[in-house]
Amino acid sequence: MTEQRSQRTPAGSPGERPSSREPVAEGPISEQTADEADRPEKGGGGLASGASGPVRPGDRIFRYLTTGAGVFVVALIGLIGVFLVVQAIPALNANQVSFLFSREWSTGDTGDLRFGILDLLLVTVATSLVALVIAMPVSLGIALFLTQYAPRSLARPFAYVIDLLAAVPSIIFGLWGLLVLAPTMEPFSVWLNETFSWIPIFAIGNIAPNIRGSIFTAGVVLAVMLLPIITSLTREVFERTPTPQVEGALALGATRWEVIRMTVLPFGKAGYVGASMLGLGRALGETIALTVILLIPSGGFDGSIFDGGATFASKIASDASEFNDPTSAGAYIAAGLVLFVLTFVVNFFARAVIGDKKGDR
Amino acid sequence: MKIMRHVGTAGIAVGAAAVLVACGTDPEAVDTSGRQAGAAAAPSAAAQVECGGKSPLSAEGSSAQKTAMDIFVQQYGRKCSGQRLNYNASGSGAGVKQFNNGQVDFAGSDSPLSADKGEVEAAKQRCAGAEAWNLPLVVGPIALAYNIAGVDNLTLDAEVTAKIFSGGIKNWNDPAVKAVKGNESVNLPDRPIQVVFRSDESGTTDNFQKYLSAAAKDVWTQGDGKAFKGGVGNGADKSNGVVETVKGADGAITYVESSFAKDGVKTAKLDSGSGGVELTPENVAKSLDSAAFKSEGSNDLALDLDAIYGSNIPRAYPLLLATYEIVCSKYSDPEVAKAVKGFLTVAATDGQQPLAEKGFVPIPQGLQEKVLASAKAIA
Repeated sequence: MTEQRSQRTPAGSPGERPSSREPVAEGPISEQTADEADRPEKGGGGLASGASGPVRPGDRIFRYLTTGAGVFVVALIGLIGVFLVVQAIPALNANQVSFLFSREWSTGDTGDLRFGILDLLLVTVATSLVALVIAMPVSLGIALFLTQYAPRSLARPFAYVIDLLAAVPSIIFGLWGLLVLAPTMEPFSVWLNETFSWIPIFAIGNIAPNIRGSIFTAGVVLAVMLLPIITSLTREVFERTPTPQVEGALALGATRWEVIRMTVLPFGKAGYVGASMLGLGRALGETIALTVILLIPSGGFDGSIFDGGATFASKIASDASEFNDPTSAGAYIAAGLVLFVLTFVVNFFARAVIGDKKGDR
Repeated sequence: MKIMRHVGTAGIAVGAAAVLVACGTDPEAVDTSGRQAGAAAAPSAAAQVECGGKSPLSAEGSSAQKTAMDIFVQQYGRKCSGQRLNYNASGSGAGVKQFNNGQVDFAGSDSPLSADKGEVEAAKQRCAGAEAWNLPLVVGPIALAYNIAGVDNLTLDAEVTAKIFSGGIKNWNDPAVKAVKGNESVNLPDRPIQVVFRSDESGTTDNFQKYLSAAAKDVWTQGDGKAFKGGVGNGADKSNGVVETVKGADGAITYVESSFAKDGVKTAKLDSGSGGVELTPENVAKSLDSAAFKSEGSNDLALDLDAIYGSNIPRAYPLLLATYEIVCSKYSDPEVAKAVKGFLTVAATDGQQPLAEKGFVPIPQGLQEKVLASAKAIA
């Protein structure tokens, strides 16, 4: 058991990589690992040392290094925030329309800047939600399959393949979405659109009759990009379900599904939600794949997933090559600032949700 | 295929001329146009170049020129061994700014220096009181690319184009489309028109809107600019994006640099009043042949595009995008001047023919002579 565990840890580490980029959401995962370290069967005495005895120079240096790393990342994020605010202020002052509630975006004439982020915000949230709605159940299924159903010999290579998805550059996903997925998916999109168009979110889009460059297509591509993130973290958590609990459930005569329902899912719920929020963070900030796929309608977003539009990141990316004026660039930076805040808020709520769950356990 | 054939003959000319003209030290540029009797409008393929001067040169600007600039640099290195140039495709605006700040030796730009924005004045200061010249070296036609199942041969005029791109005409079976000369026998279907435009800011959009403003001023009143102002249709990212979108949508139309308009989309003929004109290098060159300059008689060769856009010369395709190299007429460092002269000479001669393969149009002989004269006048 011990050996299997220590072997599996490196397999999971690629999946944990995103968490170091997004330190706000790191909490649940590292806490799970901490729980693990407390349990005697983990062994590996090296980690547990340092509790008592004289402090050696090596310990002190290591401590400073880790503290430094922690401070560095907080300072970095703080400085990014300051940079965004400082750059955005002149543009916000020159803005002629409401920044939060306008749908206009015209930054060509610095004397008459008109930009509002309402559409960008709605489209960003809409694409991310579509992606999450698709990616969350699929990831859950993959993670359960890998940890509970798949034979050991299959689970490892399978997990590697899933992690490989995370290594595909997002422009490749974008081109694949534009050239392969969108045409293939078109009949299904049309069917979905026509059959359920009485439901507002499936209504005829503002890029109609085109349906390929819609939020729906973008969301599906985004979902594929989220799979490795959510799956590998969730798998890590599920694997750590305490064996006594599983064995206890089996001893009570539970079937495989009942074991999952009674032990694995309650144990891993917080980690799963955390992983999904991490994925959401990725989805909100995804840039180039969406720039390539999404069509920009002449009208505004009106609530259908068959609408087109631009997200914060895709808008900035598509216009970045023509930034030649600090004030109009400031408009985009102000939009970036809103994305920054949005991601922060999402993570804040995610942590709150996870915190509640942990209380129940 | 047409372009390739054109290149074939020209390629032979380049080869022949290159053999005849060794990399000379003769300071006087020899006019080789006499050897080009076969291709009337084509520019002469090679000239003698005075190599040397600063190396590497630095230039910055238009990303539309990037491909052309790569070719120029390649030819420059071949002609003048050891001479190099670094081009940073950071965008026209950035290029002009860097040039005016004296950071780079010359700029590449989609539009000539603007007096309104104070660029002309700033450039004069940068060039120590001498004026800066705009030299058109890279010309690319803009295609009206469409995808209508069953329609292989569509002719549009400026007015109908303007109406389509501003929402005035919404269906392909609109009588106004049918009424364009050349469409009488075309079976235009009852299908909504899907306009596709560039969602990113682009010189192509700017020139397309300038064309509509000049050629259909009654219909297109939105003006120009790098962002599309038609108010209809869907935007897609970059040239590749608009073409892919058109390919995937029956009834779609877009404007795009002609090198992208192939495989799955068709290119409309453009009627400027004397019949539909196909987009071919010859027809574009014909438009350029008659080009007027903003300041006639000077060495500043900023094209009067409005005159080209508004012209109705038979068999001339007017919808084009001209990009410029912006240089000082006098450099404070003679080494820089020497290298810039050498580079421009190569770009205007050996550099032009290979452009045709990349969807640009080699500048016609008349314009080429003027560019060479300007390059020679740089001190």
